[in-house]
Amino acid sequence: MISLENVTLTYPDGERTVVAVDNATLAVPAGSVTAITGPSGSGKSSLLAVAAGLIKPTSGRAMIDGVDAAALSREETTRLRREKIGIVFQSPSLVPSLTALEQLEVMRRLGGPRRERAGARGRAAELLDAVGLAGSEHKRPAQLSGGQRQRVNIARALMNEPRVLIVDEPTSALDQRRGAAIIELILAMTAEFGTSTLLVTHDQSHLPMADAVERMVDGVLTRVEEAA
Amino acid sequence: MFVALRDLRHARGRFILIGSVVALITLLVGFLGGLTQGLANANISSLTSLSLDRFVFEQPGDGQQLSFSDSTVTREQASTWSTARGVDAAEPIGIATAKATATGGSQTTAALFGVRHSLEGMAGDQTLPAGPGQVVLSQPAADKLDATTGARVHIAGASYRVAAVDGSAQYSHMPVIWMPLADWQSVASAQSAGAAPYATVLAVTLGDGADTAAIDHAAATESTGLIPALLAIDGFRSEIGSLLMMMALLFGISALVIGAFFTVWTLQRLGDIAVLKALGSTTGALVRDGLGQALIVLVVGVGLGIGITAGVGALISGAVPFVVSQLTTLVPAVAMIALGLAGAGFALRSVTRVDPLTALNGQNA
Repeated sequence: MISLENVTLTYPDGERTVVAVDNATLAVPAGSVTAITGPSGSGKSSLLAVAAGLIKPTSGRAMIDGVDAAALSREETTRLRREKIGIVFQSPSLVPSLTALEQLEVMRRLGGPRRERAGARGRAAELLDAVGLAGSEHKRPAQLSGGQRQRVNIARALMNEPRVLIVDEPTSALDQRRGAAIIELILAMTAEFGTSTLLVTHDQSHLPMADAVERMVDGVLTRVEEAA
Repeated sequence: MFVALRDLRHARGRFILIGSVVALITLLVGFLGGLTQGLANANISSLTSLSLDRFVFEQPGDGQQLSFSDSTVTREQASTWSTARGVDAAEPIGIATAKATATGGSQTTAALFGVRHSLEGMAGDQTLPAGPGQVVLSQPAADKLDATTGARVHIAGASYRVAAVDGSAQYSHMPVIWMPLADWQSVASAQSAGAAPYATVLAVTLGDGADTAAIDHAAATESTGLIPALLAIDGFRSEIGSLLMMMALLFGISALVIGAFFTVWTLQRLGDIAVLKALGSTTGALVRDGLGQALIVLVVGVGLGIGITAGVGALISGAVPFVVSQLTTLVPAVAMIALGLAGAGFALRSVTRVDPLTALNGQNA
């Protein structure tokens, strides 16, 4: 699971200090989705960056599967991201030269031990099948639709069997119908793979589908809703 | 190399372009290298074929440099050297230029090398004239004179029997004719208004304990190793210097071209690199990927360029002074690859600076 404990993130902006995240605390149990919503510039992306191990908080702890990401070295954080965290980017951010299958395979070739490569192709094919892309394995990003690219993005995030799934506004470039399908897919993957999923979304229609909803305003996180 | 290989396949047009540029630069470097070696051989092969430690010249005047064409060593100087402690051998060599004419009428301007038969210890496999009135023609001299063993060759009014045709020695772009030192002294005497010179230089082999500076002082000579001595051949320094400078510039250009290509290529991929880093890729893996990509481009491009150089060089080497050897193919190839990798490595520095956090800002696939 992932838990953020009293996380504060500040950064200098000229002579003043901006508080991007203000003493935020939340916990996302395994197999559940916590949605974070809020206006633009409220600090959602900063919180997500802390949760993804991409930036260290100014204070507080970011516990990923029992490890405080804030206390790790850069190399250890890189390894943590590779092994424990899956990231679904806002736009798919696929490598243009790789096929859908290879976008997933590359996750086992990011600098980890060679033994990690075993069975990569088989798992990649299974995941593409799971996200509804069977038959599109050998298509490159330019040959896929926006929705299909986002599905590859999701499957890629699951490739290394992460404990935590960080999802950054995955439907912002999609229409309502495709957006809903992507959210349903994320919920299904969370349930199937038992990940702790942190989902940032602007779309209010997605909130009821989450297990918990947090609202962020001016860096302050407030619990809105708890799943039944 | 997972992404690198797929990038090569996906952007094959761009990589074929840069590979072609590398091949063309390599071709140019290869041709220059072959030509440099060929011209150098035509200049110095007669000297480099000798196994010696030092050449001994007449001490040049103030402000003057060593020169084969200006040097004259005396019998006394030769004696001082040959009897000095630690000197194994000091063989006089006379060098002069003269027109040689074969009985059939063919003519050529040749470099006459007057030597004693005792030079054979330094000359290796080179056949030397055994007695007076004999000459040994190098193959280029024989070709130009259309002469074979047993023919007669006329030099400075005297007739000599061709005792053998052997070797490919050349000196200052002229074919070499080996003749006895005494005969050479006669030719040199006829050419000069003054007294007959003993020899031009001494070829010296050294044992233990030789103090060359002291011997030079005692004999009023100046001795030097083989490489510095080569620069005493008129025109050799400027000729080879110009060609080597062109080669050095081409090496530099190739490194810059490769570096520039990979700089642009890497800048175009910064978004992908940020994503891969965010997903957990190590910087080392990404740099290895980029360097591997550069290595493939370089090996293919350089291989193609050197292959064409070797093929064309083999065809034209009979017509122009061109040498296809490891020195003119493998050495420039390795240098091109090493410098190209250095250029690519410099370009890939930006990989280390990419912040994976930027991946969250959103790029489009």
